[in-house]
Amino acid sequence: MTIIVKKTTQLIAGMVFIYGIYVIVHGHLTPGGGFAGGVVIAGSLILVTLAYGGDFLKLLKEETRTTVVESLATILVIMIAVSGLLFGTKIFFNNFLPKGIVGHLVSAGVLPLYNIFVGAEVAASIFIIFLSLMIFKEESPK
Amino acid sequence: MELAISIVTGFMILGAIYAIHAKDLLSSVIACAIVGYSLVICFLLLRAPDLAIVQIVVDTITLIIMVAVVINSSREELYTKLDTQGYITAITSILVIVVLLYFFTVSSQTLEVLGKSSLRMAKYYIEGAAQKTGSANLVTGVVFDFRGYDTMGEAVVLVTAVLGVLTILRIKGKK
Repeated sequence: MTIIVKKTTQLIAGMVFIYGIYVIVHGHLTPGGGFAGGVVIAGSLILVTLAYGGDFLKLLKEETRTTVVESLATILVIMIAVSGLLFGTKIFFNNFLPKGIVGHLVSAGVLPLYNIFVGAEVAASIFIIFLSLMIFKEESPK
Repeated sequence: MELAISIVTGFMILGAIYAIHAKDLLSSVIACAIVGYSLVICFLLLRAPDLAIVQIVVDTITLIIMVAVVINSSREELYTKLDTQGYITAITSILVIVVLLYFFTVSSQTLEVLGKSSLRMAKYYIEGAAQKTGSANLVTGVVFDFRGYDTMGEAVVLVTAVLGVLTILRIKGKK
């Protein structure tokens, strides 16, 4: 890409990433949440990948790491849901942590944890779909 | 507000029809984006900011991916003339649309205004959700607490979609 695109990406991509983290972390207070913030983070990653690119082997390594992040985040969401069976009233998806005061950043029990892990999973999923569209056409059949 | 929503919905229908019939695939993709962004305006008019945020971001990223795909592949759509099969399909679809519109007009006289129907379950959700879940944003409270199974299903569906994409697009290992 040209130098204009690269410089603009340098300025904007970090802010977009931090905005995505803000949307995820404040998911239980303001509109937004795991899905919206995850897609915003994936957007910043896609912006960097489109502007700077990279060779096939580097992007393939990136794809492997992103797959690991996605699978781990999904497993953690299900593990938190299952751990509701261990505490309190012992039902699936039980909100076992203390609720706190409504409107504070640390409140609502396990809901922020769900938001964070679902956000990581959505960001990784959409970035994997973009990367696989971008790199796998250069892969050589063995 | 209903007039504004009707205008935006009509615009969406026009965009969808143009997306099907455009010869250049790039303008077809842009016409699909018209549908998505008009849906964002509908969500904002109906006071659903959560859905509007998700829709606007997903639509932008889908547009980027689709434009990249269209630029990399051929831009011209293969255009075929209408033969007998095509005429039969067109007449059948027009008949189905007419019948559906007739039943919609009949049933819309007995239905209430949008959002004012008897949503007893929603009233239960709204009344004590902030105290029951501890979350100030009621949508997050419903999505992750009352309807936790649905959200887990969505997450698993996303994982399955990624698995499908990887399986289809990988060249290495195919026979």
